[in-house]
Amino acid sequence: MNKQTADSVNASTGQIVRYAPSTRITHWLVAISFVLLALSGLAMFYPPLFGLSSLFGGGDTMRAVHPWIGVFMVVVFLVLAGKLHRHMRIQQRDRQWLRQIKDVTANREENLPEVGRYNAGQKLVYLVALLSLIVLLFTGLEIWRAYFTAYFPIDITRFAALLHAFFAFVLMLTIIVHIYAAIWVKGSVRAMTRGTVSYGWAWKHHRAWFRDVTKGSLK
Amino acid sequence: MALQSLDIIRRSATTIRAPDARGAHTGEVAKLIDVTKCIGCKACQIACMEWNDLRDEIGTCSGSYTNPADLSDQSWTLMRFTEYENDKGDLEWLIRKDGCMHCADPGCLKACPAPGAIVQYANGIVDFVEENCIGCGYCVAGCPFNVPRISKKDKKAYKCTLCSDRVAVGLEPACVKACPTGAIVFGSKDDMQQHAAERIEDLKSRGFDQAGMYDPAGVGGTHVMYVLHHADKPELYAGLPKDPHISPMVRLWKGVTKPLAALALLGAAAAGFLHYVGVGPNETTEEDEKAARRELEKQS
Repeated sequence: MNKQTADSVNASTGQIVRYAPSTRITHWLVAISFVLLALSGLAMFYPPLFGLSSLFGGGDTMRAVHPWIGVFMVVVFLVLAGKLHRHMRIQQRDRQWLRQIKDVTANREENLPEVGRYNAGQKLVYLVALLSLIVLLFTGLEIWRAYFTAYFPIDITRFAALLHAFFAFVLMLTIIVHIYAAIWVKGSVRAMTRGTVSYGWAWKHHRAWFRDVTKGSLK
Repeated sequence: MALQSLDIIRRSATTIRAPDARGAHTGEVAKLIDVTKCIGCKACQIACMEWNDLRDEIGTCSGSYTNPADLSDQSWTLMRFTEYENDKGDLEWLIRKDGCMHCADPGCLKACPAPGAIVQYANGIVDFVEENCIGCGYCVAGCPFNVPRISKKDKKAYKCTLCSDRVAVGLEPACVKACPTGAIVFGSKDDMQQHAAERIEDLKSRGFDQAGMYDPAGVGGTHVMYVLHHADKPELYAGLPKDPHISPMVRLWKGVTKPLAALALLGAAAAGFLHYVGVGPNETTEEDEKAARRELEKQS
């Protein structure tokens, strides 16, 4: 039996389960939706990239599917948020971590305060993504001409379109940081694809979490 | 667009240069609607339906002569009737033929994300090219005059073409041809302005002190202009905007934000790449694994 429960420790392989299968699947559903939304959104925002609409079978198909993918993404993200939200509160040690951001980017983790399940950067990515998605959902519904736009005054529609573009930009910038962090900190991609990290990885990057989950594991 | 006689000077969402070698030596065209001469017969509405093959749904009476109740994908022009009681207590029946104003600085074209779905010809006509339209409705948000309408049937945007097809072959727009009182005239923009000036002089001599031409500068002027008896209060004419301009929100959304956002996103990706090359990845070493084991043994 190979059932993966989050935070479970396998002493024989020296692996800790960081993400349960359900978390991984929801993460990647959100990720795929995000990529589709970003490509179609950029095509509709930025004229030189309009060619991306061919990936969706043409401009009008793209315009038609974009909002549906958006609704799907928000729903799945909320499922993911249900799993993550309680870990994402910004604490005192997170503020210290952010003050020492130079140590973070220079790979001097030994100088940083101990990190729990998530570091301050991860928490910020989550919180910005949550905020952006809430704004994107409501502004997106407003500018969804097939169903909702007719019920609003024109200036609200203009404002919603502007906000939608702005928060899409904020989210894309955040996701670029998120993707780079996963490439930068080796072992992170494996955590989200296979579920597990090594003792050393947990000890190095998330020591407080490592202590927490290994407590009593060698009894 | 296949109409070679109509040189395109602006094309929506397009980065390649528009063909502007020929220029518009014969000048820009304009339609002048003299509201003071209109009798509200709606011949222009019917002519528009006939020429453009449009059939709107039969609606219901809304208590006004305005019929249909609003512009639609099937009604590109519409007489809007306003009953106005002037300072002397007299009733004035103001009838304004509404439709696309063919702005020199078109908000619809600025907002449109689909390459070539909205074009502006050298003669000033702003045209929707429906086969390129993706139905997003951004043109509706961009328009200062609330003109474009999205069809429920094909989800594409429609509006008055100023009969670009007729104008291209030297004919006047269908509504102009049908107007029995000469309230709608068509010609070069210069001629129309001159004609309007004569009309305004005449109106002033008849006691309409505030008579004037409506060719709003906020959108760079328009290629559909009005002669109004109350040019100081255009709002009287079913909400004709006094100072129309492209909303600052649309300018911001479709202006500097585009290059800035693109630069910022590319910059972030480049910063990541340079960090990876310059500082390098953060790897978990054998030492870290050993340290983790030591800590576990301490615990037990």
